[in-house]
Parts: sequence; structure tokens; C-alpha cells
Amino acid sequence: MAKVLMKGNEAIGEAAIRAGCLNYFAYPITPQSEVAEYLSKRMPDVGGMFLQGESEVAVGYMLFGASACGARVFTTSSSPGISLMSEAISYIAGAQCPAVFVNIIRGGPGLGGILPSQGDYFQATKGGGHGDYRLLVMAPASVQEAVEMVMLAFPLAEKYRNPVMILGDGLIGQMMEPVEFPDHLRTEPTNKDAWATNGMDTRNSKKSNLVKSLYLDPKMLNDHNLHLKSKYDQMKREEIRYEAYNADGDYKILIVSYGTMSRVCRTAIDMMKEDGLEVGMIRPKTLFPFPEKAIYDAAVKESCQKVISIEMSMGQMVEDVDRCVKGRRPVEWYGKCGGDVPTPEEVIGVIRGLL
Amino acid sequence: MQSEVMFAGFGGQGILASGKILAHAAMEAGYEVAWIPSYGPEMRGGTAYCLVVISDRPIGSPVIKNPQHLVAMNRPSLEKFAPMVKPGGVILVNSSLIPIRCGRTDVDELIVPATGIANDLGSVRIANIVALSAFVARSKIVDFELLRRCVNEEFHGKESFIEMNTNAVEQGRKAAA
Repeated sequence: MAKVLMKGNEAIGEAAIRAGCLNYFAYPITPQSEVAEYLSKRMPDVGGMFLQGESEVAVGYMLFGASACGARVFTTSSSPGISLMSEAISYIAGAQCPAVFVNIIRGGPGLGGILPSQGDYFQATKGGGHGDYRLLVMAPASVQEAVEMVMLAFPLAEKYRNPVMILGDGLIGQMMEPVEFPDHLRTEPTNKDAWATNGMDTRNSKKSNLVKSLYLDPKMLNDHNLHLKSKYDQMKREEIRYEAYNADGDYKILIVSYGTMSRVCRTAIDMMKEDGLEVGMIRPKTLFPFPEKAIYDAAVKESCQKVISIEMSMGQMVEDVDRCVKGRRPVEWYGKCGGDVPTPEEVIGVIRGLL
Repeated sequence: MQSEVMFAGFGGQGILASGKILAHAAMEAGYEVAWIPSYGPEMRGGTAYCLVVISDRPIGSPVIKNPQHLVAMNRPSLEKFAPMVKPGGVILVNSSLIPIRCGRTDVDELIVPATGIANDLGSVRIANIVALSAFVARSKIVDFELLRRCVNEEFHGKESFIEMNTNAVEQGRKAAA
């Protein structure tokens, strides 16, 4: 298919359709409302469904219900909306149903603002909802990558029977870039007979499926948690994705940055290179599982003096970076909130200040 | 090579649309492009701007401190953004609505009464197409015939608008000569 110019939000909606997801539940919120706008027009064309819930709490449970029936489901929202869905996310993870959540982050806490932010890093990677669960979290840095990650999110959600989250920010949602859509994927989860309550007569198995997250017996709950943990451990082995930028040669500083912020850093790195200063970058594409070894290996390179986490949040990812570097190099942080995305010049100023 | 064009004016002046048409034309010409809108709590009559980045390699930062060019459709936009334009860039001034000039000698200042030309053609709403066409004719940032095609495509299915916009493209080109 030829390249088309699309807004990130619209491209995310189209990508979900191409991934075979015909069940979209949502509640509008800036800066992701164009997904709902786009799909309200597009879903009827492809025989799909968009249902606007009465609130994000309801939307979360609509996903749970439809997923429990074996449907491929997704929603999009922005920070406060994801907070409201977090209870359902915990239940979905507990009941081991697949679902895809897209968070186009806006500034917080509370109502915050509507401009780009990465302030939901902790919420996405460390919890949000209650209990021992993890989301597989992917962070796109371009509209094209958002498309690819959305399309990958559905098979991964089904592989692990676990919610997957795409963590973008207001710029990824609002920006237009050329995109190319891959071909259609399959239209039904292939493994749904293992868990969906879709009626005994529709499948070959004699086993009835029960969707639940309640385990009152302590041993059963512990076994359940161990099973969930084994899935998260498998993600750590099989799903880590990252990009190394200017990291082959000798660099004095290593940046760790993701999403929109990493693009600003990439330009800053190019500009510094022209001035003879080498700076490398590891850009996590998956925030959970986190590219721990890649960051450690890049940090302990002999030429590397310091590591810095640059993020549009007040020091969230830096905690993971610090954990990965294991004290072998000083780990610094730079960040900005409010929606004013730092410019390359600002990043250069920060990097030079480290030397 | 990378260049950036800032379009700025009132909400309702078609600022985002002109940026989108340029981005489309540049994409058709084989460039990497990014279109970045302002999306505050916008309203008709408020300020609006968008930035179009055109490059021959993957675009890094979508945040640009100093754009190469500026198309200013109202006075507050000119006052705010003209000082940021890189030396050597084009600054288009919509002189129908802007009584002042950019006050710089190191740029190519292009004075176009875009709103007046649009009114003469029958609709104030096509001032953005007049300005965009004048800008492209002067800056040669994309091939002019490609722009013409992309304007037509933008109004595909709205045949009544095509003729008016075709005229706007032509008058814009002449205004830049």
C-alpha cells in the first residue's frame, strides 16, 4: 500500500482495524479524541463496532466482557481516563484476557493539562491498578511505529493472554506523518478456545472455560500469581525491543530516552556529533519488559562517563535506568513537564553540563 | 537537507489545512515530512499555528526552535514568530490584515494581500490557499505543479470548491512573482 499522510490518532485507529480488531470501546478525551472520531466513521464501513461508554470505568469493563467472549478488543484514552480504567485492567490481567489499551499521555497529575507528557511511565510499567500484574508496554516514537506497535499489540496480548499498552504522548497522537499499513492480519484470536466463554458447542474441547480473578484459597492464589509471574518472565526473555543510536563507536555520554523525547535527543546527538562530541542513546521500545542488559552493556563501555535519562516526567524512567546500570556509572536525569517539549538545543545544554 | 515552515494565524483561517497540503505535496515529492499542529484549547478566532518539517532523511525532533520559513496570516503571528526565522528564509506577510513588516533584512520578505485576493475571488476562506501558493512559488520548496495537484486532491469530491481554489493557486503564484 502507498504511503498516506495521517495523524497519529487516526493511524492508530486504522492500525487496529488492520489488525483485525472490530470492537472498539472508548470515551473521548484530549489529546486522543480523533481515534474515536475516526473509528466512529470507519468501523461501520468494515462491519465493526464503536461503542462510547458512559465513562472510562465502564469502557474498561466493556473490554473485559467482550474479551471474555473471545472478541479482539481495544480502547484508547488519555491519562485520567486510563486511571479510571485501571481497576478493569487489573481484573483483565487477573482473569488472563487479552486486551489492548492505548494511552496518549497528557500532563498530570489530576486534570493536569492537555499537552504532551510522559508522566504515566510509572502507571503503565509499575501498576496503576492493584495486585501483582504487569502490562506489556510499548512506546512508539513515530506515527509509523505507532501503527506497527498497535498491530503487534493484538497478537502479543493473545500470546500472553494479558493486556498490552501502547504508551504515546500528545505529539504522537496529534502529529501527521506518512504511514504505510501492512496487510491485514487474522480477524479472530486463534487461541481463544483456551479461555473464551464463547459456548461449548463452538469449540472442540470438552473443558468449560471460566473467566475469573477470585481465588480465595491461599495456595491457589499463590499458584495463580506464580503462573502470572512466569508469563512476565517470559516477556522479559522474548519481548524486549529497543533501538541503539550512535552507540557503536566511543561516546562520552549515554542517553536513555523513549517516544517523542527520544526524537529530540536524536537530533541533539546529530548536532553534537557535528561539533565533535559523541553521545550514544538507547531508546527502549518496550518499557516493560525493559532493555536492562542493553542499557547496562552500553553504560559500562569504557568511553562512557555518565548515563542520563531524558524524559518528559519528573524522574520516573531514571529509576529503571539506575537499576540497570547497577552503580557502575553515575546516572543523571533531565526532564520537563507541562507540555513544553524540550528542544534539541536544550538537551545539548544539559549534556554539555555533564562533562 | 531539512527545512521547516511555520504557518500561523487566527483559528478559522485554514492554517492547519495549508500546512497539511504542503506536507502532502512534499511527501508526494519523496521527502520525509512531519506536520505538527498547535493543539491548545483552540477556538475559532484564537491563535493557531502548525509546523511542517520537510527533510531528505528521517526527521528527528518534531520540536523546532528556529523554523526556516514563516507564513504569517495575522499580526500577532508575525510579531511572535518573525524573530525566530532562520536567516535566508522566506517570511510571507498577509498584508491585508497586517499593517506592519517583519523588520528583518536577512530574510526574503514576501508581501501578499492574501485575504484581499481571496475576497476578490469570492471567499475569504481561500486566503490560506493564496498564501500557500505564493509561498511555494517564492520558496520553491516543492514543485509548483505538484502543489496544484495536491490542492485539487484536498478538495476532491467538493467540486464547487475546486474552481475557486484553482484560481486561488494561480493568483497566489502571480502575487509572488
